[in-house]
Amino acid sequence: MCLGIPGKVLEVRGDTAIVDFGGLRKEVSIVLTPDVQPGDYVIVHAGFAISKISREEALEMLKLLSEVVNSIKVPKTSSR
Amino acid sequence: MTDEYRQLLNLLRSSEAAGTVVRDIERLSRGIDNVKIVHVCGTHEHTISRFGIRLILPKNVKLIAGPGCPVCITPASEIDAVIELALSGVAVLTFGDMLRVPGSELSLFQARSRGADVRVVYSFLDAIKVARSEPSREFVFFAIGFETTAATVAPYIALGKVPENLSLFVSHRLIPPAMEFMSLLRHGADAYIAPGHVSTIIGCKPYEVFPKVYRQSVVIAGFEPLDVLLAVKTILDLTKRGDVKLVNEYSRAVRYEGNVLALKYMYRVFEVVDGAWRGIGVIPQSKLCLRSEYRRYDAVERYGISIRRGIDVRPGCRCGDVIVGRAVPTDCPYFAKVCTPNNPLGPCMVSMEGTCRIWYQFERTRGGEVSERERATEYLYNSSS
Repeated sequence: MCLGIPGKVLEVRGDTAIVDFGGLRKEVSIVLTPDVQPGDYVIVHAGFAISKISREEALEMLKLLSEVVNSIKVPKTSSR
Repeated sequence: MTDEYRQLLNLLRSSEAAGTVVRDIERLSRGIDNVKIVHVCGTHEHTISRFGIRLILPKNVKLIAGPGCPVCITPASEIDAVIELALSGVAVLTFGDMLRVPGSELSLFQARSRGADVRVVYSFLDAIKVARSEPSREFVFFAIGFETTAATVAPYIALGKVPENLSLFVSHRLIPPAMEFMSLLRHGADAYIAPGHVSTIIGCKPYEVFPKVYRQSVVIAGFEPLDVLLAVKTILDLTKRGDVKLVNEYSRAVRYEGNVLALKYMYRVFEVVDGAWRGIGVIPQSKLCLRSEYRRYDAVERYGISIRRGIDVRPGCRCGDVIVGRAVPTDCPYFAKVCTPNNPLGPCMVSMEGTCRIWYQFERTRGGEVSERERATEYLYNSSS
């Protein structure tokens, strides 16, 4: 029920957005996350984007994990 | 951020990272007593069972499923009331999980075969669309789910976008009160893994009571197997140091304050009341209902529905114990024998978030059934004496 699926915002149209879930595109409501922009990742639950994934926090986790797993390289700079 | 996030997802699924964390868990588990970790989310149980996480944990680390499946804990009395409404000619819209959940006598699915108009929608937004497309028909949306789902129902009510021919039967429940109920049980938890997506809405603050009052650590976790393993590792680390804390492992999606806008909509539309949970009983301040200014959308008032006592658990069925983590599905005499996903006897066998349904798919076929059952039973008896 509380299944949330991460997807990438492709396009914002008023209070909805077109979100890409690994190839499947769906229109979702962004009334709960009105500040999302194309390129952002969001968590979608029951047709609503409920949370924007934080780029900084995702990178932070990547960095922490890369300290324990040697084969992982963390990008120093990032492009949007 | 495309590349970084993809990279993070790949990493979260890499066996190398998982192996490292599992070795840490093994190391940390040495020299400590049994640690009972309770999670309260069907999606966590899905991750744990699907990836066989219990099988790789040390013997003294127990992962127990608590009340985390919204359709499982919706009382039969409320399902009965919606079925009665559907049989009286009002069209009912609800999520697919709810369809086969048995009420006292019937499920909505069985009501449909008796001529009731029961339809599945993917979201509340779809319910609004359906109601708009058939303005001459009366619709009721059976609103079930925890904070994650309640947050998607509230905004369109608050914004006045619900058509006149649509009302709601509100059965939303709240997670932190259920955790607090678990904390008061004798067989309760040493620590919790808190549900990531509920937490995107409510944030971290509602969990602060657990370390402070109950001396239980809480780790908010995501749904990749590595998220769960990291949560276990964090809990063991804290246990080893004799510390209790609230930790947000899912910080990529959960902010301390939660989704402030969602909470604003939710509490503008709903107020908190005492509510019954199937297999548990009444939990104080655990249910949402529409505030008086939105009562015109309340199906209970619109149709004068009376909610009568229902039969939550059939004789012999262990769903009530499974829901609070007092038993595992394989303890139930009906499990995978007379109670199957096609013919569910209890609510936990229905939804893909129900513990019995998940175990039917993943744990039963693993060949580890007996040892898993023995381990869980042995531990439960030892810890409750």
